[in-house]
Amino acid sequence: MFYRQAGIRHRSYVSDSKLFPIPTDRNLIWFLVLLGIIAPLVVDSLYLNSYVLPWLIWTAAALGLNLVTGWAGQLHLGYAAIMAVGAYSAVHAARFGVPWEFALLIAGVSAAAIGTVFSFAAMRVKGLYLALTTLAMQFVMDWVLSHVPAVTGGSHASLQSPTFKLLGQPITSDAGLYYVAFGWCVIVTIFILNMRRTGLGRALVAVREKDYAAAILGVNSFYYKIVAFATSSFIAGISGALLVATFFFLATPEQFSVNVSIQVLAMVIVGGLASIIGSYFGVALILLMPGITNSLFSAFADYLGLQLNPETLAHIPTAVYGALIIIFLMVEPLGLGKIYNNIRDYFLVWPFDQMKK
Amino acid sequence: MDWIFLAELSVNGALTGLLYSLFAIGLVLVYKSSSVPNLAQGALTMLGAYIVLAFSLSLGLPLWVAIPISIIIMFFVGLGIEKVALRRLAGRPIVMILMMTLGLDIFIRGTTMAFWGGTSRPMDLGVSYDPFFAGPLLLSRIHMIGAGVSVALFIAIVFFFRSRLGIRLRAISDDYMASWSVGISVERGVGLSWALASVVAVITGVIWGEIQSVDQSLSLLLLKGLTVAVLGGLDSLFGAVLAGILLGILENVGAAYLDPLVGGGSRDLVVAIVLILTVMVRPHGLFGRHDIERV
Repeated sequence: MFYRQAGIRHRSYVSDSKLFPIPTDRNLIWFLVLLGIIAPLVVDSLYLNSYVLPWLIWTAAALGLNLVTGWAGQLHLGYAAIMAVGAYSAVHAARFGVPWEFALLIAGVSAAAIGTVFSFAAMRVKGLYLALTTLAMQFVMDWVLSHVPAVTGGSHASLQSPTFKLLGQPITSDAGLYYVAFGWCVIVTIFILNMRRTGLGRALVAVREKDYAAAILGVNSFYYKIVAFATSSFIAGISGALLVATFFFLATPEQFSVNVSIQVLAMVIVGGLASIIGSYFGVALILLMPGITNSLFSAFADYLGLQLNPETLAHIPTAVYGALIIIFLMVEPLGLGKIYNNIRDYFLVWPFDQMKK
Repeated sequence: MDWIFLAELSVNGALTGLLYSLFAIGLVLVYKSSSVPNLAQGALTMLGAYIVLAFSLSLGLPLWVAIPISIIIMFFVGLGIEKVALRRLAGRPIVMILMMTLGLDIFIRGTTMAFWGGTSRPMDLGVSYDPFFAGPLLLSRIHMIGAGVSVALFIAIVFFFRSRLGIRLRAISDDYMASWSVGISVERGVGLSWALASVVAVITGVIWGEIQSVDQSLSLLLLKGLTVAVLGGLDSLFGAVLAGILLGILENVGAAYLDPLVGGGSRDLVVAIVLILTVMVRPHGLFGRHDIERV
């Protein structure tokens, strides 16, 4: 039906490794991009800037983590620390008078530098021990953020972000900020889409599946691990900087605490490891969940005439968030991306798989 | 240098460290049997303390009744967690197992808070707060009692591992395939180890609840407990006890000398650095087995 494979014959390797072997996928992407472009016209600006904008930036960040955890197979529990490096260096640079374009670049490069330090842990250990080391590094970074006033201005201080400007034009309107986030998310998505089908992505997958086997094929696993960490940290740095510049408008240490690291990992797991569309779904689910649960529970309590105390209401989203992770790991460990793929596979052969039965 | 000051720091550090060991024993029990890093142990500790409080404060039972009841409840909670959540993940990649224990941690924390609220409550064990003087050293009574409980628990577990059931658990931790083939129920053994870890969590929760009162911060013991467990070698009980003493001394002495330099709060920094250094230099810890996957 939608996904017609009939008449699509690949006669060369190049055509088989095209970005979208099936035209419907390409058309779907164009449709989604179009939706993204006209979103400010159709979506109320309150929803646009409090839901859609953070969703896009977190998606870019989650794609960065997915690069290192999903594709390269390296556990990373210190992702928020890397985002913090980017955010703080960009805000400091911008306050110093550096134009925002360069401030963002500085954010990416400094985050990549710190992220490469994380990758030295990946040189030495893997699996659980890598997770523990990155977790410890996150705690070290938390400590630095709350105890070095030169960076953050002290534990309870917040750092005001200067007005966001691109090419000398201050961007303050809701639609403008939204387009910045949208553009960054599109850039990251295009990068990951292409990485997946080129040598870099394949090398990362080889390292993930078995490092000995990768070495036999001539893939230097050390080199590709460093590349994976550096690239994902670059994405994390700019995402962190954009998050502060276009959404929070000020940087505080709590925005990048260890819970945030776990949250990004949860987005990746719920969305599906090594799945791009899954990251979009996963971020949406984790970001929207607290609001939805709260309104559901208070509506439910009203309906039953119960008096829920505010403390209970405040902690229910946490419980639901944990339950969501548990349920996904039990029912569909490959996440929402896998569910999407199942549906797509069903439609790929739609009328014909019925004939077998 | 003031030697008495240093000695006091070390002894108090060692006592606190033994309390970290108490937490780490729970981690080691689970890791030994199933190679699962139980990041939910902090939340279990908190849950254990809250259940004890629920029985002693809300129902008005004396503590010596409330604690055994809570231990029995948590025994089955541990069994249930293993059966429902962890068993079907066996053989999955480590990232999913880690995420599952993190999810459990968040879930248990959220549910406990939703039930009992976040205000901190005292756990009144009736231990006097008067300082205890051993010669020139000033010690805290509750820390001494806790350290004693920790050592007693360690000895009890060592003896347990000599019983028939304990030998089965040791066989499972040694090679679960071989244990399976000689008819040991690996599932039941792993479940039992989770149950024991939950029981340890209740005891940890009661002692730490007395020290810092019962609230959400009990689950923050996780980083220190993990560090102790890794430093001792994740599958060594004796390692956990020794590493606890070591980390306690390092943390207390290190913090006393670092705090004036960096303006306080260096305890967590010392712990995190010990964890990083351990993994970098000696990932199998002091007494762990050497078969850790290295790159």
